[in-house]
Amino acid sequence: MFSQLQNSFQKVFKDLRGQGKISESNIQEALREVRVALLDADVNIKVVRQFIAQVKEKAMGQDVLQSLTPGQQFIKIVDEELTALMGQTHTKLHLSNTPPTVVMMCGLQGSGKTTTAGKLAASYKKQGRKVMLAGADIYRPAAVEQIRTVAEQVGVDVYAPGTHMSPVDICNEAKRLAEGRQVDLLILDTAGRLHIDDELMQELVQIKESATPDEILFVADAMTGQEAVNVASSFDERLSLSGVILTKMDSDARGGAALSIRAVLGKPIKYIGSGEKLDALEPFHPDRVASRILGMGDMLSLIEKA
Amino acid sequence: TRTSSTIVDRIENLVPGRTEIDDEMLDEIEEILFAADLGVKTTTEVMDRVRTNLGRRLKVPADLRPFLRDELLSMISVTGSGDDTEVRQPPEVILIIGVNGSGKTTTTGKLAYNYIKQGKKVVLAAADTFRAAAIEQLQMWAERSKAHLIKHQHGADPSAVAYDATKSALSREADILIIDTAGRLHTKSNLMDELGKIARVVSRDIHGAPHETWLVLDGTSGQNALNQARQFLQTVNITGFILTKLDSTSKGGAIISIIRELKVPVKYIGIGEDLEDLQPFDAERFIDAIFGENDQPSQESKYV
Ligand SMILES: Nc1nc2c(ncn2[C@@H]2O[C@H](COP(=O)(O)OP(=O)(O)OP(=O)(O)O)[C@@H](O)[C@H]2O)c(=O)[nH]1
Ligand SMILES: Nc1nc2c(ncn2[C@@H]2O[C@H](COP(=O)(O)OP(=O)(O)OP(=O)(O)O)[C@@H](O)[C@H]2O)c(=O)[nH]1
Ligand SMILES: [Mg+2]
Ligand SMILES: [Mg+2]
Repeated sequence: MFSQLQNSFQKVFKDLRGQGKISESNIQEALREVRVALLDADVNIKVVRQFIAQVKEKAMGQDVLQSLTPGQQFIKIVDEELTALMGQTHTKLHLSNTPPTVVMMCGLQGSGKTTTAGKLAASYKKQGRKVMLAGADIYRPAAVEQIRTVAEQVGVDVYAPGTHMSPVDICNEAKRLAEGRQVDLLILDTAGRLHIDDELMQELVQIKESATPDEILFVADAMTGQEAVNVASSFDERLSLSGVILTKMDSDARGGAALSIRAVLGKPIKYIGSGEKLDALEPFHPDRVASRILGMGDMLSLIEKA
Repeated sequence: TRTSSTIVDRIENLVPGRTEIDDEMLDEIEEILFAADLGVKTTTEVMDRVRTNLGRRLKVPADLRPFLRDELLSMISVTGSGDDTEVRQPPEVILIIGVNGSGKTTTTGKLAYNYIKQGKKVVLAAADTFRAAAIEQLQMWAERSKAHLIKHQHGADPSAVAYDATKSALSREADILIIDTAGRLHTKSNLMDELGKIARVVSRDIHGAPHETWLVLDGTSGQNALNQARQFLQTVNITGFILTKLDSTSKGGAIISIIRELKVPVKYIGIGEDLEDLQPFDAERFIDAIFGENDQPSQESKYV
């Protein structure tokens, strides 16, 4: 699959050799290939449309550099635009001046919130911070046992009193406890929910209002399809997200959801999840993810060398 | 609002005042199919079919909807597979597999409830011994559905759990044994091998087991679902799909190219997090939902 785009590009660009300028007629087919690549990667169709228009505008009329063929130069433009759109590398959470820093996790069912909460805890614990987890999922069977187990595996405190308290109360109490225990970082794990579930979305709003998190992170599965951006937008509208974490990037999914969410929300992608183990959390590298979405990692490195 | 407009609205909106199927209209249809996660290949094929039928079966805009419905329906009708007439000696063994977080454990619980409601005796095997509290999670589903649970400790060998569950199902004269496995990415060969091993273990004591192997696919996933299905099929003999989370706004259209390529039917869909939120797959309803004809099933009005 990854080489498919490269092959078609090579074919397209063979015909472009020797043409001095990039023009509408000589990139029409190339643009079509880019469009297919993005759609195969699950980039939202509307985002694809915008992006193609943008690339076209940028590419048109450019003089072809001495060192490159028009094709290579076009790919370079596509890649640069895509990388720019993906934002910068972010590796840190915004830590509050008055600890504890409160981080709230949210997202659809099964996206990886609880696991990612554990990974963040592990990462900040390693940096010498005092971390505490709070389990505010009172719906999923054994969610309490899961967050407790995760906390134990990481070796951090956990407040997960069970299902008799409301999620809002759990978060408030956790914050109170964290303040008393000199905790640096408190991570609130919430239950998975659909963005169209008004009642449960309202619950998140209440948690936000009473526990005043410093970070509200939307956890998205890299395998998500076209709806990713609508889902993320709904969460953002209700909660004003501070960032996104993209999980399950150890799959072979191209992760177009990342681009869609980033393009529409403009919120930074802070980390990627790359495994089930609690150390599998990595900084987000826009250039790598851009190449992955295009499915042309090798070709780009060749061009870099050219 | 859940989605800005349903697909039907949008096709319908194309129609008023326009008597001809024009390029703009075709573009809009294409966008609609993409938005439902049909992917490039299937969408392109559908659009090709539309184009070749212009002026024939497609004369006016109102012809579009029934035409598209028929086309998609024919794409997902799997014939010649799923031979359910064969009488099996109980216990029937069902192996539940899929990538992380797709809904396997929840589906296992719903299935157990479903069979028990039909008067069947069900044993569940907690063969996810890896994920934190996976065993406890299935245990709660066993309690809810009143199924018997076979479990080992966290970290135990999943095949050993399957082995014990097989013995237990036989000695209790259970009708159904459902094995819940750990989520695994289709790209991890060691974990895929583990599945093969579980399947072999149950086949030793029960002839033809696992009789059913159901791949649980997340209905919100996109084009990667096809890779998942292909790869799992390399390891085990998938007899059906279960498409979960269709109570979301996703249409689950990625399944169309999967069914077309692999010729494996969808058995059930998941439409919520409760015991009863499982429905037999109905191709017509599924396609109609893609076209927004009936609204997504909600908590109050599940389509029966
Ligand atoms: N391969 C892989 N699996 C992951 C990753 N992150 C999470 N998972 C797995 O995905 C599944 C779901 O993870 P959870 O953390 O339970 O997801 P959640 O969002 O808390 O789920 P709910 O609380 O039910 O909404 C588990 O099997 C995790 O091990 C990742 O980066 N890679
Ligand atoms: N809305 C909705 N949520 C579902 C559905 N099926 C499962 N879920 C939720 O999705 C999340 C993950 O479900 P699980 O059953 O734990 O998924 P799994 O495949 O067993 O996960 P792992 O064992 O970690 O790989 C849970 O929060 C479930 O409640 C469904 O049909 N609709
Ligand atoms: Mg969770
Ligand atoms: Mg499970």
